[in-house]
Amino acid sequence: MASYFFKNARVVDPVTGLDGDRDVLVVNGIIDRIGENLSASDAQTLDFTGKTIAPGFCDMHVHFREPGQEYKEDILSGAASAAAGGFTAVACMPNTDPPIDNAAVATLILKRAEGLAVDVYPIGAVTKGRKGESIAPMIELRESGCVAFSDDGSPVYNTKVLRTALEYASMLDVPVIQHAEDPHLFKGGAMNESLVSTQIGLPPISRLSEDTVVVRDIAFTAYVDGRYHLAHMSTAGAAEAVRDAKQRGLKVTSEVAPHHFSLTDEALRSYDSNYKMNPPLRTAEDVLAMKEALRDGTADAIATDHAPHAIHEKEVEFVYAPFGIIGLETAFGLSVTELLLDGWLTLPQLIEKLSTNPRRILGLPVIRIEEGQPANFSLLDLAAQWTVDVNDFRSKSRNSPFHGRVLTGKPLGIFNNGQLILNN
Amino acid sequence: MSSLSIQHLLGLDGVPREDIQLLLDSADTFLEVLDRPIKKVPTLQGKTVVNLFFENSTRTRISFELAERRLSADVVNFSASTSSVSKGETLLDTARNIEAMKVDIVVMRHAAAGAGHFLSTRCTSKFINAGDGTHEHPTQALLDMYSIRQKHGSLEGLRVCIIGDIAHSRVSLSNIYGLKTMGAEVAVCGPASMIPWQLEKLGVRVFTNVDEALRFSDVINVLRIQLERDAGADFPSLREYHNSFGITRKRLEAAGKDITVLHPGPINRGVEIESEVADGPYSVILPEVTNGVAIRMAVLYHIGTKAE
Repeated sequence: MASYFFKNARVVDPVTGLDGDRDVLVVNGIIDRIGENLSASDAQTLDFTGKTIAPGFCDMHVHFREPGQEYKEDILSGAASAAAGGFTAVACMPNTDPPIDNAAVATLILKRAEGLAVDVYPIGAVTKGRKGESIAPMIELRESGCVAFSDDGSPVYNTKVLRTALEYASMLDVPVIQHAEDPHLFKGGAMNESLVSTQIGLPPISRLSEDTVVVRDIAFTAYVDGRYHLAHMSTAGAAEAVRDAKQRGLKVTSEVAPHHFSLTDEALRSYDSNYKMNPPLRTAEDVLAMKEALRDGTADAIATDHAPHAIHEKEVEFVYAPFGIIGLETAFGLSVTELLLDGWLTLPQLIEKLSTNPRRILGLPVIRIEEGQPANFSLLDLAAQWTVDVNDFRSKSRNSPFHGRVLTGKPLGIFNNGQLILNN
Repeated sequence: MSSLSIQHLLGLDGVPREDIQLLLDSADTFLEVLDRPIKKVPTLQGKTVVNLFFENSTRTRISFELAERRLSADVVNFSASTSSVSKGETLLDTARNIEAMKVDIVVMRHAAAGAGHFLSTRCTSKFINAGDGTHEHPTQALLDMYSIRQKHGSLEGLRVCIIGDIAHSRVSLSNIYGLKTMGAEVAVCGPASMIPWQLEKLGVRVFTNVDEALRFSDVINVLRIQLERDAGADFPSLREYHNSFGITRKRLEAAGKDITVLHPGPINRGVEIESEVADGPYSVILPEVTNGVAIRMAVLYHIGTKAE
């Protein structure tokens, strides 16, 4: 492996508390030296003046569509998209075809990801076939490399199944990641129930669909002492329930997707299906609640819910379009623009949400930028202003509502597994 | 005649008062055409109109088609059941193919809210919304307003209440937008489960008691229960609905004033309205149908002859 010398970078590591300008020498994928005014004549030198190195980001919620729908995204293109977004690790949701409800599929995903700069971890299905009826072979899935369990895309709605799943996952010391949604209240809906849905006539989804399931689930988590992670939290009510659960000391964590702290349902007046996601975009009050949840620790992680769909699938009437948007390549820019610049989070706090906390939730080793540690870096330009152009994305899909938006904060690439991947 | 400020008629939300006034005034002229022995003018000669109906509709489609033919347009009818849609073609591909055949105006009925908005941003034809999901049905609202104006002389200050299945209706929103723009006071009435979320923020009064609503009203627009849109899940039975919200002669008499009764049809007799009212002296339900052709002629004329 080559040696790399990152000269004069701002190194920010919330775990060790480091935030300062340093030179970093990486030899054979390991941090050989960190210090000021170092020299390294044998290494490839990268001038990082004004640039930032952070512990590699981990997106704990992506959909890579392999196996089954590789035309939308596969492991390779998804990993390339992750790297372009500054992520060195991702966890793949199991709503593939076939789903990750047996060891063979989990093994296939790990096999496909071998040798990549981005670490790819499968998340096992909670239930067989993701049908919500009986739990999947969770021990087998855990042993084959799954880092959590989720039926994401659908809720685990059956209360008996939820209880069993929480008990099994707790035995395996991993979380159940819930897509909180009451199917009866959700049925037929296309957007958040609000004044906007009333005005534009799209079938509404009440916030109660999310709120009530979260409250219910927390009661189960408390009862069985399980580990519960709320995926893509989007309502003020859900945030309140999670905040309360944390204050009670329950093992409850949550994530927020960048679109839920960046956009409101006002955007749907355009009937542009790139604004169609599940959970749907909510109101300004909910967006504020997501920012507050990130600030006070109610929301532990920022996760993209990267959901690729082909152009022809989205270019249809709004109600017929599939839910979901891609997010890996805009997550950091949106986080800086919406959270850092507006003072909601400090840079170390932002990095915790993007790197440290997701790894902790998934039971993965936390990245430390210290001598002797594997070099696992997100390479960032905090000051860069750039215009989102979906045509530049590494993802196979283009379904982003942020096309044309000017963001501050651009990922430069990643270093991981001994590999340097730079954008452009 | 002067011209509209809008390029397409996708809904009445945001359509200026001057445009609505122009359409209503123009309908007077076209209504007169309908009374002539030869009910045809050459206004849209050489223009081609496609009626793209992705949902069944008898009266709206016939009304549009008659309006188009009275204006001498070339007319093509399309229904989804005989189209490539049933072979899996997307709406956008269907529209682009039809457009490639050089049509000027597309009149579209579709089950999806916003389908007209979607196409109008991607195609070059003029679009007229003939009803999109539970969103808008602007020509129905225009003909309702025209019929009210015909009876009362003006819409300004009139109290109009829309009664029935508000949530599943595409007529109610268009009526609310249009009537408010024209200075009417608007209310809705129906079971609470059939009133869309925060509707009162549009500046309408909300009644759940039909007798109170009638006491408020100069005009009522009675809507059908849209059972085909799952409205049945929102109330216990048609019998209870009729007993609580049905418009009966007894209820109208109890209100103690002459209330003009509209209904966009088709009527469920004995459910939302009893025959005695539908066929009674205060009903303008049949004149509405005639007015519908005149209003659609006015819309087609102004949209079809408007320069880009």
